[in-house]
Amino acid sequence: MSSKKTIAIVDYGVGNLGSLIKAFKQSAAGLDVDVILTEESTIIQQAHGLVLPGQGAFKTGMGGLHKRGLVDIIQQKAREDVPMLGICLGPQLFFTESEEFGLTGGLNILPGRVVHFPPLAEHEKVPHMGWNAITPAVEGQWQNSIFETIPPGASMYFVHSYIMVPGNKEHIFATTQYGGHTFCSVVRKGNIYGCQFHPEKSGPTGLRIIKSYIDSLM
Amino acid sequence: MKNIRIIPRLDIKGPNVVKPVNTEALRVMGKPQEMAQRYYQDGADELLYLDIVASLYQRSIDFDLLKSVVENIFIPVTVGGGIRSVQDIDNILRCGADKVAINTYAVHNPQFLKEAVERFGSQCIVLFVEVKHQSNGFNEVYTDGGREHTGKDALEWIKEALALGVGEILLTSIDRDGTRKGYDLDFIKQVNAVAQVPVVVHGGAGSFESLEAAVTQGHADALAISSILHYKETTIRDIKKYLAAHHINVRLD
Repeated sequence: MSSKKTIAIVDYGVGNLGSLIKAFKQSAAGLDVDVILTEESTIIQQAHGLVLPGQGAFKTGMGGLHKRGLVDIIQQKAREDVPMLGICLGPQLFFTESEEFGLTGGLNILPGRVVHFPPLAEHEKVPHMGWNAITPAVEGQWQNSIFETIPPGASMYFVHSYIMVPGNKEHIFATTQYGGHTFCSVVRKGNIYGCQFHPEKSGPTGLRIIKSYIDSLM
Repeated sequence: MKNIRIIPRLDIKGPNVVKPVNTEALRVMGKPQEMAQRYYQDGADELLYLDIVASLYQRSIDFDLLKSVVENIFIPVTVGGGIRSVQDIDNILRCGADKVAINTYAVHNPQFLKEAVERFGSQCIVLFVEVKHQSNGFNEVYTDGGREHTGKDALEWIKEALALGVGEILLTSIDRDGTRKGYDLDFIKQVNAVAQVPVVVHGGAGSFESLEAAVTQGHADALAISSILHYKETTIRDIKKYLAAHHINVRLD
């Protein structure tokens, strides 16, 4: 099979996608794959892989998806287990609901909730901004996944004030510690992955996640 | 404890990285593309890219140059210099940068910070504060690459900007810049006492001990470093090894 693949980076009006596009283009170089930044439902419908990026507020994010009529399509792609990579706000939208600025419904691809960081240890600030280690929630969990080549304990770049609390513990694919708390930093269900951190800003190790994701489509 | 970020700072003039001494005399250090790549490979946690004359000449930064510098850098990049509009910020982010540092225009138009935060989010908007310590104990805000004084008290200005929503503070001591005499710990402590957002400190990095002190005594969240890296007196990796050996968390992989 050598037919050309397409990856749709879903542009729903939230945040700066410059560095994400840069990282995907570099990682896809030399492969028979098109990386398209798009808000067009027809392109997203036909894509072999979806990337759901995003920064900012949960409510604004869901509003952006609704406004462009993309909620049903993303839910359908999730039911078909099409490879998906959520980044930062993206994977938070996968969940049932969020407490940010009042309870807001999400895509409900994964059961669970998005909540604010609980009170932290002294000198620890919110947003959680900077590099922090990710560790598999269960030993050996990253084998045969797009995290297979990532060393447990590798550092990734985070910027967020809210955290994911999956209703199904089996969806917790990595955890991270901050301010005395352990939170879920990666979720996975089948071919659907979501990173609370920014792999595109996490140096060579972060880029390996993006590369593995692209390779998984080929 | 969180990882302390080590952030090389590139002062850009024309096509070159330059190094001001007390923001006055300039010396050419090298090409920004090569230096940025070297620091990225050496384990930089972020990159700080400041066009030091854009504001003075009232022009925007060179977007093509910025693009060529960040093209193969996959860590957060903060860009400052001559930012006067939402369009300027948008253009910078489109080049592949992640945050913007705003000084001069915000000092004269504080509400611009609020407008920028509402449009791009707090995490994207960094307040850049250049401070000069006057003999009477007054910590005065300077603008235009450290050339113009403003009569503003730095701590009051920082409080005002925090209330407008900025997500990070980049603090430069004009007196210490390029001197290697150590960071201004007293003032850093005062800023940290009022800031609930991360504080990046710059100006005076010299010995490894001075870097350690900025964290253990000043509670700085990140260290911006220029001279000792540009002159190749040390490397980011060696700085991190030293800090790690002294029980300060840093990213080593």
